[in-house]
Amino acid sequence: MLDTLRFITCGSVDDGKSTLIGRLLYESKQIFDDQLNELERASDKFGTQGKELDLALLVDGLQAEREQGITIDVAYRFFATEKRKFIVADTPGHEQYTRNMATGASTADLAVLLVDARKGLLIQTKRHSRIVSMLGVRHVVLAINKMDMVAWNQATYEAIVAGFQTFAADLGFVSIQAIPLSALSGDNVAHRCIGAEWYAGPTVLDYLESIDVSKADEAKPFRMPVQYVNRPNSEFRGYCGTVASGSVKAGDAIRVVPGGAEAKVKSIVVWQGEQAIANTGEAITLTLDREVDVSRGQVISSADNPIEISDQFEVSVLCLSEHQLIPGRPYLIKLHTSQVGVTITDIKHKLDINQGTHLAANTLALNDIGEVTLYTSHPIAFEPYKQSKALGAFILIDRMTNETVGAGMINFALRRASNIHWQSLDVNKAARSKLKTQKPACIWFTGLSGSGKSTIANLLEKRLHAEGKHTYLLDGDNVRHGLNRDLGFTEADRVENIRRVAETAKLMVDAGLIVIVSFISPYRAEREFARSLFEQDEFFEVFVDTPLEECEKRDTKGLYAKARRGEIKNFTGFDSPYEKPTTPDVWLDGLITSPDEAAAQVKLALQGD
Amino acid sequence: MKISTLATAKQSALESHSIEIIREAVATASNPVMLYSIGKDSSVMLHLARKAFWPAPPPFPLLHVDTTWKFREMIAFRDQVAQECGMELRVHTNEVAKQEGISPFIHGSERYTDRMKTEALKQALDAGGYDLIFGGARRDEEKSRAKERVFSFRAEGHRWAPKAQRPELWNLYNTRINAGETIRVFPLSNWTEADIWQYIQSEKIPIVPLYFAKERPVVKRGGQWLMVDDERFPLEPGETPEMLQVRFRTLGCYPLTAAMESNANTLEQIIDETLAASSSERQGRLIDHDGAGSMERKKQEGYF
Repeated sequence: MLDTLRFITCGSVDDGKSTLIGRLLYESKQIFDDQLNELERASDKFGTQGKELDLALLVDGLQAEREQGITIDVAYRFFATEKRKFIVADTPGHEQYTRNMATGASTADLAVLLVDARKGLLIQTKRHSRIVSMLGVRHVVLAINKMDMVAWNQATYEAIVAGFQTFAADLGFVSIQAIPLSALSGDNVAHRCIGAEWYAGPTVLDYLESIDVSKADEAKPFRMPVQYVNRPNSEFRGYCGTVASGSVKAGDAIRVVPGGAEAKVKSIVVWQGEQAIANTGEAITLTLDREVDVSRGQVISSADNPIEISDQFEVSVLCLSEHQLIPGRPYLIKLHTSQVGVTITDIKHKLDINQGTHLAANTLALNDIGEVTLYTSHPIAFEPYKQSKALGAFILIDRMTNETVGAGMINFALRRASNIHWQSLDVNKAARSKLKTQKPACIWFTGLSGSGKSTIANLLEKRLHAEGKHTYLLDGDNVRHGLNRDLGFTEADRVENIRRVAETAKLMVDAGLIVIVSFISPYRAEREFARSLFEQDEFFEVFVDTPLEECEKRDTKGLYAKARRGEIKNFTGFDSPYEKPTTPDVWLDGLITSPDEAAAQVKLALQGD
Repeated sequence: MKISTLATAKQSALESHSIEIIREAVATASNPVMLYSIGKDSSVMLHLARKAFWPAPPPFPLLHVDTTWKFREMIAFRDQVAQECGMELRVHTNEVAKQEGISPFIHGSERYTDRMKTEALKQALDAGGYDLIFGGARRDEEKSRAKERVFSFRAEGHRWAPKAQRPELWNLYNTRINAGETIRVFPLSNWTEADIWQYIQSEKIPIVPLYFAKERPVVKRGGQWLMVDDERFPLEPGETPEMLQVRFRTLGCYPLTAAMESNANTLEQIIDETLAASSSERQGRLIDHDGAGSMERKKQEGYF
């Protein structure tokens, strides 16, 4: 089979991207008669080229796009010449589609950057260049299109090329090939332009057919993330995965990371046989010479040069979601085949992708790119993205909605996990709670402002205290006067507010106390995070379910009246959401149940355990 | 384990990527199934799955949605393949629609496809409770396919929302779903028709004999050759089947799949013919022409 070149085309809305791809398909004879017929019909209906065939319509697949005349998603196109096969990612140019462009760039070896000769380098062109550079695309074709509209003027072309070379000097491209062309007429796409002989370089198709984009991954040390453990019977145990770098052969000494178990490769199993050696990119199955504990997410790596692990990273991350990325909120990270919990500990800055400058930020919104620090729940094996895309690229997943909310690249580890140890203490939680003759717990009240949380929590503490229990009540309002007085009411600050309280409650439970927390805590994700800090039978979520109208009627603190008058922003229930618990441990009806009854119910749940 | 020659040809990137996709899907799913449609793409997909899990058989069953209007040779081939690869074959037919006598000849291709394919597929998936379904679709087949993800997320009721697809970067697939949601996985996303044929040749993968030219009874309707595969084919007055040297470029239900005149009866000849073809392979598929954007609409309703 021929080798395949994957490339991405980018450019502004009217630079002629889709026309160029349509032209490449047309010139490489990839358009069939029936597709041409359909194209003629479509050109009549939607075309922008008068009586001419509108080649862009070949590419703009979805109906919505044909109607709007813009590309709204990534489309993959395939064509082949006698020398090579090609996969083209066609991505939209608008700013709101940065995520689609990053998607296309993530698997591309080369980028074709389109520039309209009449307009020169636009902010869009620079933004696209930065995105493809960040995603590690190393080769660029600067396709200066619509040269026919400037009468193939050499000076115009050269000015744009010079401008781009200056701009791109620190973007790390290995090669930049500029080509003057007209996608509409096909000049310098597949055939040379007659009348512009001043250009002596290759046509687009010539260049794409011949450029060498190979990387020297095979010379690097062996790494294979374990994807699947194949264990059909007690006789056979194989570790399946795709070689991320280096090569492996039978007899090689390997180490499993994290973990550190060592063994030798017994065989490389492939379809109906074995092979002597496996190289980067091959999907294989390894068997080892002795039984070691290996599971999905670990990386089998060369024993004399094992892969590093860490649980703290500095990364570049792109927000892919309508919901902003917030420090402190728990997410899942998927890096090669490992998937663990993760939180963003700090946003160092976000990137102004148009200007290439840094901006201060507390959160990252859709299409924002930021440099942030991450803390994973377990150490994971990794390599910086610049060294290995396969071992340094990751996605972030929302735990509740399962949405893919971010994509990122590891820049470096902040510290090696092997150097950190938990201080092991002799007097522990069990010892402390024994002395207090009680079982420590965290009782977490959630509900709207004015729902009756604090009243019930207060009654509950009184009762426990009267029975000789050691308790502490953490109340939202009180904590905001001290520990959290630097926090406001934006989503990001609310997340941090809950994180600090949850961590504080955890320390108190560790001290052997029964901790009662009374916070609005409007987001499900944070309440789940709080739960995750405790052991299974230590945490009780109590939902005080009082309807908004009733809370507003009570309005004990006069806050609803202020919110109604617009004097308070981000007020839960008004312009800030409250996500109701779906399965609380105790559910209290704030309309019917009296505070006394409610406190009794919670106490019962606590004892019933 | 059978040992063949050491150091076979290096895996192509296309092949290893597909194997990686299949393993990733199985490693993260709880109840996967492979939709097996008996055609050349399904044959390649099944072969890749067998490679991915060798020496074990693939750890999931095959599912065939039988419209009862498939070519007879396809059904014979299906049963033989299932037996040979040691996998369970589950066959589902929309019995209600069958009782109603839904036929492509009487009810038209659109209504027939809706009942015997789309509805039947949803029934089969619901009955099996599968959370992940492999399909053999390729992005080069049709425009709306060109935008579909490798791991294509379906909301409850199997609906595809093209504007709400999950971003898919690198080879990192988000496989997490909530109850009622499913994922369709397309390991052949980046294969072209030529890739499929070349791979069938180099791997010696068995395919249904209908792909090879042979004298077959056909009639001409709407400019296309249809094969009279059984006595249910309603011949118009004066219409008599003629014997013609034909083959099929794609396979589906015989009343909806046009034959092409051809003498190609070896893989080499088929590949030559494919590379020189001046019409796309789906031209022989009558349902794609039910109206502009028809495939996109069918997919939104749950069609593969």
